[in-house]
Amino acid sequence: MATAAERKKLFGHAENNYLNCSKGFRSWAFTLDHKRIGVMYLIGVTFALLLAGVFALVLRTNLWTNTSELLSDKMYNQMFTLHGAVMVFAFIIPSIPAALGNFVLPMMLGAKDVAFPRLNLCSFYLWVIGTGFLLWAILSGRGLDTGWTFYTPYSIQTDTGVIYATFGAFVLGFSSIFTGLNFLVTVNTMRAPGQGWFKMPLFLWGLYSTAIIQILATPVLGITLLLLIAEKSMHIGIFDPKYGGDPVLFQHFFWFYSHPAVYIMILPGMGVISELIAVYSRKKVFGYSFIAFSSVAIAVLGFLVWGHHMFTSGQSVVVTLIFSAITFTVAIPSAVKVFNWLATMYKGSIALTTPMCYALSFIFLFGIGGLTGLFLGALSTDIHLHDTYFIVAHFHFVMVGGTLTALLGGVFHWWPKMFGRMYNDNLGRLSCFLVFLGFNVTFFPQFVMGARGMPRRYASYDPEFIIFHQWSTVGAFVLGLGIVLAFGVLVYAVFKGPKVAGNPFGAASLEWQSSSPPDFHNFIHQPVLCGPYEFESMVYDEELDTYVLREFMEPSEHPKVEPEPQTH
Amino acid sequence: MAVVETENEAHDDHHDHGEFIAHHFDSAEQQFDSGKLGIWLFLVTEVLFFSGLFVAYTLYRVLHPEIFDQAHVFLDKYLGFANTLVLLFSSLTMAVAVRYSQLGKNGHVVWYVLGTMVCAAAFLGVKAIEYTHKWDQGIFVRSAFDYHPGHHEAPAGTLAHALGVSEYLIWLSIIPLLLVVGFAVYAAIARMIEKPNASFFSACMAIAIGGYFIGALAGHFYMEITDGGLGGRSEKAAALMAYENETHSDDEHTNKPVDHHDESAVEQQRAESEIAPYQGPQSDEFDQDVGIFFSIYYCMTGLHAIHIIAGIAFLAWILWRSILGHWRSDYFGPCDYVGLYWHLVDLIWIYLFPLLYLID
Repeated sequence: MATAAERKKLFGHAENNYLNCSKGFRSWAFTLDHKRIGVMYLIGVTFALLLAGVFALVLRTNLWTNTSELLSDKMYNQMFTLHGAVMVFAFIIPSIPAALGNFVLPMMLGAKDVAFPRLNLCSFYLWVIGTGFLLWAILSGRGLDTGWTFYTPYSIQTDTGVIYATFGAFVLGFSSIFTGLNFLVTVNTMRAPGQGWFKMPLFLWGLYSTAIIQILATPVLGITLLLLIAEKSMHIGIFDPKYGGDPVLFQHFFWFYSHPAVYIMILPGMGVISELIAVYSRKKVFGYSFIAFSSVAIAVLGFLVWGHHMFTSGQSVVVTLIFSAITFTVAIPSAVKVFNWLATMYKGSIALTTPMCYALSFIFLFGIGGLTGLFLGALSTDIHLHDTYFIVAHFHFVMVGGTLTALLGGVFHWWPKMFGRMYNDNLGRLSCFLVFLGFNVTFFPQFVMGARGMPRRYASYDPEFIIFHQWSTVGAFVLGLGIVLAFGVLVYAVFKGPKVAGNPFGAASLEWQSSSPPDFHNFIHQPVLCGPYEFESMVYDEELDTYVLREFMEPSEHPKVEPEPQTH
Repeated sequence: MAVVETENEAHDDHHDHGEFIAHHFDSAEQQFDSGKLGIWLFLVTEVLFFSGLFVAYTLYRVLHPEIFDQAHVFLDKYLGFANTLVLLFSSLTMAVAVRYSQLGKNGHVVWYVLGTMVCAAAFLGVKAIEYTHKWDQGIFVRSAFDYHPGHHEAPAGTLAHALGVSEYLIWLSIIPLLLVVGFAVYAAIARMIEKPNASFFSACMAIAIGGYFIGALAGHFYMEITDGGLGGRSEKAAALMAYENETHSDDEHTNKPVDHHDESAVEQQRAESEIAPYQGPQSDEFDQDVGIFFSIYYCMTGLHAIHIIAGIAFLAWILWRSILGHWRSDYFGPCDYVGLYWHLVDLIWIYLFPLLYLID
């Protein structure tokens, strides 16, 4: 039990917090605080998103006509390559784990920081350096036109900045490894006293599974890219057929990393959605252990399916069949999650806040993205759909419809915690609507085009596809507008939004048992452990206009009827 | 400030925070366990980092066994064996150093870590002799492979000629030489300005990096004694080299693929594996395809050498902290972690040596 003044100190809006506990450029540049590193990551990946988003809009504008009038063919190749490379390596992979995860993970464990704060900062600077090398490929005027996959032998022949870009991706890989290593150790050794594995929020299971993949898959990408650099600079004859090398070996190496990397992109997103669905349905999550283990199952199965990117590369029929079969099994844990989310919402007290809107979009879009994956996993249809817009639409439904939507939902969810200010919920919902609408208008026509044979990565195309491409271009601009609106709503809230106290949404995981924004040490008192989805243990404190743990309220103060979570 | 107060409160409640326990850990034990798990995971990533090279090795050995058969004889297995012993010995000294750090005997740790570093540098010295000897003979990666056997004199009037060593070796030795001289000079300066720890550390570093020259000298004399490193090679290698000498002196353009007696076995293997063999260029097959082996050799041993160099840097850090007397029975984590890293680097060499040098 605590007095109102104590509650205000513990769970209120904090004027002295991690954002202003020290000042100056150096206090941020050399900070070891996971929260500040998370915020810096968030700024960094936002920059990468906007840059790569501009590339995407240029591409879509060029495809308005079927004769590629805006860009030369060479420029077009560079544009889609840089869009893909920056989006994948500099944005999606670090987005949820490194930005949101960094901020939230130690707090969900009731810890003061991640296990290795210096390594965490090092990871951020490696991200900066790696992204810098990717940008250098652009700014040096050489560009990059291999596609984000750097396939040999073309990547060895082209005179564009393959070495800069691959080195950038190599460094970004180490950034990702360090984040994963840090998270895995932190979850293992720094959980709050009494917080067993099954008392962790599901977001942590997602991040933990992601960390496993980051640690086991990324080093293979590292050595692959080093070998590619050696091949390109010295012609060592490992990938270059001219010197007796095997270009398909590169594909195997590359996808041995990059298929698991697909799950690096989606698993943290699924973790975020598990949190959002439970909090905004105000109901204990349905099938906790199934969701938790399905994350691990996806991580493990993800290592065994890389060959499905290579059905047309001439690999043996037996291998192809096995890869196809294992690919189908990935659908099982994915579907387990979706059904559990739906069951969680069933009879829940659903609040359609901005984060919940994003979460609902995620379920819909990820559902389509996942189901179309089965078309591609099936051998006969894949031969037809390989390298068409169908596959482009499929992975955008998963990566953008999935990860980007989850990221936005998560950012809106934890924004009041990060900055202690509330955004305008109506404008937030509008941004979600625009993203959802724009996304579908962009990518749904691409399924149709792809099924009718429109190949990917072509600057000019048959006139019959013009109408689909034009729909797609319109959608892309709506999607861009939605993202810019979300960005504006969030930034406005930091400066002008109404101040909020510690737990405006009535969530029960430990990070909400702090002031908003949190103290430099995260918690002024060791948080009181309660189940991450025991929402009934959180009661509304009228004075603070926030939810606090029942133990901290006087019995007389307990409200008779608990109000709905607030929506501003 | 409120922040400081709360930290003291929280900590005074439970335990006394040791000198080296980071603020976010509750206990020395938690910190040690985190570090231990972290370093093991890091070693997992290291193994996977090398795994790509091992896969490439396996693949090419299965596809082109004849290349490996022809090429490995150019590696001197006695030098390789000597380096294996050096690294094994360094693992022993490292293990002893870790034990002394657990007992808090910092003085002992200094000497054993120094011994480990000398071995590490000596390994690199021997490797430098091996590399430069190959470069002299034009044994490079695939595209630059241009084998020309025989004894190679550096051009008259150069330092390399005067010393009777390869010019490449002179270039390679510049950095260790600068480091040794730099540390020695700084050791003297630090002594004069009365910084005993820094002086002692620098003197140790000069000795440690000096190990490079011990290795290089030993390797050099071995090469001299065995007349350019024919020693350690099988008779078959000598025959191959003699054959090469002959064809090279006759006519470069009539150079035919080497006819060696394992051909039929190789053909049989190919037939069994049902993989269409790489046909390769029609002429100069010996010269060029052997280069793939050396591509893999240079990638694997080069990456390993980079890990040795990184290991020396980590060991220098441990050396410095040992001189400052940081290790106690409840705080020796960093020494333990670097020890684990060092054993892994050793272990990788234990795999590389037979895979590359002992193919027969």
